[in-house]
Amino acid sequence: MSPSAPASPPARRFADFLDRAGMLVVLVLLFAACSLGVENFLSWRNLQGLALAVSMTGMVASTMLFCLAAGDFDLSVGAVVAAAGVVAAVVMNQTGSIAAGVAAALGFGTAVGLVNGWVVARLQINALIATLATMQIVRGFAYIVSDGKAVGIAPEGFFALGNSAFLGLPVPVWITLACFALGGLILNRTVFGRDTLAVGGNPEAAHLAGISVARVKLLIFTAQGAMAAFAGVVLASRMTSGQPGTSLGFELEVISACVLGGVSLTGGVGSMSYVVAGVLIMGIVQNAMNLKNIEPFWQYVARGGILLGAVLFDRWKRRR
Amino acid sequence: MSSALAFRGVAMEFPGVKALDDVSFEVRAGSIHALMGENGAGKSTLLKILSGAQRATAGGIEIAGRPAPAAGTAGALAAGIAVIYQELHLVPEMSVAENLFLGHLPQRAGFVRRAELQAAARRQLERVGEAIDPAARLGGLPLAQRQMVEIAKALTRGARIIAFDEPTSSLSDREVQRLFAIVRELRDQGCAILYVSHRMDEIFALCDRITILRDGRHVVTSALADLDRAAVIRHMVGRTLADIYNYAPRPFRGPGLKVRDLAGPGLAEPCSFAAAAGEILGCFGLVGAGRSELLRLIFGATPRTGGSVAIAGKEVAIASPRDAIAAGLVLCPEDRKKEGIVPVRSVLENLNLSARRRRARAGFVAESWERRNAAERIAQLRIRTPSPAQQIRHLSGGNQQKVVLGRWLAEPVRVLLCDEPTRGIDVGAKSEIYAILQDLARSGVCVVVVSSELPEVLGLSDRIAVMREGRIAAIVPRADATEESLLRLALPAPAAVAG
Repeated sequence: MSPSAPASPPARRFADFLDRAGMLVVLVLLFAACSLGVENFLSWRNLQGLALAVSMTGMVASTMLFCLAAGDFDLSVGAVVAAAGVVAAVVMNQTGSIAAGVAAALGFGTAVGLVNGWVVARLQINALIATLATMQIVRGFAYIVSDGKAVGIAPEGFFALGNSAFLGLPVPVWITLACFALGGLILNRTVFGRDTLAVGGNPEAAHLAGISVARVKLLIFTAQGAMAAFAGVVLASRMTSGQPGTSLGFELEVISACVLGGVSLTGGVGSMSYVVAGVLIMGIVQNAMNLKNIEPFWQYVARGGILLGAVLFDRWKRRR
Repeated sequence: MSSALAFRGVAMEFPGVKALDDVSFEVRAGSIHALMGENGAGKSTLLKILSGAQRATAGGIEIAGRPAPAAGTAGALAAGIAVIYQELHLVPEMSVAENLFLGHLPQRAGFVRRAELQAAARRQLERVGEAIDPAARLGGLPLAQRQMVEIAKALTRGARIIAFDEPTSSLSDREVQRLFAIVRELRDQGCAILYVSHRMDEIFALCDRITILRDGRHVVTSALADLDRAAVIRHMVGRTLADIYNYAPRPFRGPGLKVRDLAGPGLAEPCSFAAAAGEILGCFGLVGAGRSELLRLIFGATPRTGGSVAIAGKEVAIASPRDAIAAGLVLCPEDRKKEGIVPVRSVLENLNLSARRRRARAGFVAESWERRNAAERIAQLRIRTPSPAQQIRHLSGGNQQKVVLGRWLAEPVRVLLCDEPTRGIDVGAKSEIYAILQDLARSGVCVVVVSSELPEVLGLSDRIAVMREGRIAAIVPRADATEESLLRLALPAPAAVAG
């Protein structure tokens, strides 16, 4: 896929600009359009709600980026979110300790991530299939433990995590911002981050350059499991219960946001700022449709349409 | 003789690079036309334009005097053009017959007509003189036969213009002769053949005419008989190369690499050899003799089943490439694209892929050091790239190879294993790489070079290990080595040849 002929200078400069800015431009345009065209969009209250609505996707996208950059997938995150909430609820109710509940949930997610990583990295099973399997196992586990019903959480102190605000922004939004910042730092500035991109770009070359491919993947999946569990804990706090049936299709939402942010599904390419843009674009569209009172069913269509459009845009950019 | 194919003012511009600039020449029907040029001279780009994979930014192609339609690869196929690349475009999991008729299987109402397919496939394979079972799984065939299948496939499409891109880079001498016979027959049938190769011997043995490109420009097109080798090299590099190897004896500095009873997949028996620090040990053998396997076992890229490796007299435990690199033992792998580079990452990233580990502080990349390192390697190895941030896949093969080699130059290397370091790259870049290898040896590095090219092995090495059928047949000192003696050692026993 070599770059093809250059266009005339002004068009070329615009094209180069699009190349670098890409989805960030789309985000700004979309935001401007919604500010002008959608009533109440620009209100502080709505923007808070918008940020809260995308906070979970954002958290998990910050680790999913690593997974995709390394050339893998993780389909189990939605199930882990649900199961971690259930685990947290059950443990908190039985021990009365918030800390024990959170620790159990995080431990659970980490364990699922470790299993995913071990199966993908050590046994070299295709990540799509491996995590498709754990996704169903974990979802089943969530239903079994909760007996298929929502588990109300007794210790009320726990609800502060998801429902309080700091400096005018909900706590989950702050957590998400921290995840983005930390993820970006790790991806760009650490050996682990650079190794991740090399592994995704060419695992064999990375291996021969002394990068421990299996270790990199194991770490990524483990972090991904822990992060999904953490998001599950935050969600449980917001909902004041652990719900086994929540976050169905969440994994695809996260992967969509990443792909919208230009992360290559074949690995080796990805950056955090673009993923942030991807997450926000998805969120803004959904929010605007809510404000416009468009039926929720149409939101699926819109989400799919945007994703397809983004991929075509990316293709066009590379063909140029 | 008529012009079957003509390039008319072909130009190709990439951002920042003029890959081709006003290239015009003609290829006659019934002739084998060599296309030569240094790394990045524009040969690959020209082939891509010919195959329809890329569109020229100016100028175009004429076929039998008429402008070729600009309709992509399908259009080129329909116009009777076939380009046979180094990396074959075949489907390993399908049968030979299915591969031959890929995209136009004989069918009735959507169902494949199997009997007809087999018969037609057998006819095509006979045309290239190969006794290959049309029902065999393609992936199970040796590389040379797969190449014949690719040629036969071009013929099923009725190709009249056939371009070969470095077709012999992974063939043994015997297979090369077979290929030549087929290429000559295609010429005699009136096909126009465009033949891209870096191997001077082949060009002079096979071709009638030659076109030489340099820096994207057309230098000369002439009958090959009117040029000698010196002239060809002069046209390619724009300067004279007296001796591209520049061999000079070096002092050995004690033990370098010692391998004892190394065993593992690809080796027929445990292998032992030693090479000194400061020595260049060549390793020659036919394809499949176990040379790459030996290097990968030493490097820990393939788990070994027995034996030991010592560096500078001390035995080291190597279970992975990472261990090997930590011990100062590094490998430049055989297949650049598959094992050497990370195509979508930048030149800078590729150069720092390994060395960054030593420079990192608390897991954080030492960015200014990495920029400096990349700049130094680019200057030292004269890597031609618009910038360190350029994706490495846009570089030419020789420059990619320099990056793969350059990756190790910031490491404290004691043993350098190189697997076909100059495969598919031009004379100029070759001589640069030879100079780098000699410099490293002079500084006390023990260098092991695997190569299929006899002149290279002879020109570069202090001693030469010859491998045959998974074992080291002999280690020959430079003074005693000739092309004939090495070949004799490398060829399988006569009984095996007959079989």
